[in-house]
Amino acid sequence: MTTRTFTAVALPADWRDFVALTKPRVMSLVVFTGLCGLLAAPVSIHPILAFTAILCIALGAGGAAALNQWYEADLDALMKRTAGRPLPAGRMERQSALHFGVGLSAFSVLLMGVATNWLAAATLAVSILFYVLVYTVWLKRITAQNIVIGGAAGAFPPVIGWVAATGDVSLLPLLLFALIFLWTPPHFWALSLFVRSDYAAAGVPMLPVISGPRVTRQQIALYTLPMSAAAVAPWPLGLAGALYGISAAALSLAFILLALRVLSNRATEPSGMKPEKRLFAYSIFYLFAVFGALVLDRWLIA
Amino acid sequence: MTLPDPDPIRGRQKGRALVMGLALGAFVVLMFFVSIAKMSVGS
Repeated sequence: MTTRTFTAVALPADWRDFVALTKPRVMSLVVFTGLCGLLAAPVSIHPILAFTAILCIALGAGGAAALNQWYEADLDALMKRTAGRPLPAGRMERQSALHFGVGLSAFSVLLMGVATNWLAAATLAVSILFYVLVYTVWLKRITAQNIVIGGAAGAFPPVIGWVAATGDVSLLPLLLFALIFLWTPPHFWALSLFVRSDYAAAGVPMLPVISGPRVTRQQIALYTLPMSAAAVAPWPLGLAGALYGISAAALSLAFILLALRVLSNRATEPSGMKPEKRLFAYSIFYLFAVFGALVLDRWLIA
Repeated sequence: MTLPDPDPIRGRQKGRALVMGLALGAFVVLMFFVSIAKMSVGS
């Protein structure tokens, strides 16, 4: 009689885990801003090509998110908020995430080039590389300004949508880029204030960990001012009408008021950070509403 | 050491193969319509 020994065989990752790697909730904002960039463009694009362009933006964002989670699996394991993700939870091999991320990113860029134009494909490639190499690999672990510079990666979708429709870049998509770029620090810092202990445990040098809540609240309030200026700017510059201008001004004013309430808050524990949680939730609504108003305005003008 | 139950492994493999098949099918259909759209835009 022979004795056979077996080594433990891990279950292959479920397809739902691959979907989770793409951060679908983050993707919704990326897709929406990309769609608005495309719809705000002054030329019409064939609906099938428009759909493909948005699909490519979504797939590119998903690929970048997968590569981010592949690289940050060690950090994610240390944070409560992210410990349940497929890699830190041990539901997937790291190699699978790497292959999936690279494959999805390359596929999205190639499909964008074939379906729309190669400038849009190049812009998509730059945004993916910026998010993975500049933000994830380089900045995130070394500087408290990580999301200030890294925020540029999330600002690309409206530019990509616009370029996919028109084939070139003009002032309006650059202003939309500036709006998301300046929106990212208050949005992320509001979140990182009430999950500060998570970032501290993982050794991520987010601003609240390095400089404390007081400085972070000041920076949030400061950033809302140029952000609001970038949001309203298309109106006086003649790139959008009064519907957009008034909506953007009202929404930005509410953002500033919420940021001022954050500034006046002295709590250091998450239980006392209702203003921060409110600002974080509002910041997501704000971006949806401003971009939605822009598309409505452009369509009304048309 | 005990062998893992083969059914979950087969289930996962089947699920992934099914999703991959659907994705490839969707890609073929998409490329067909993209080609038609590009030709109509070109003309």
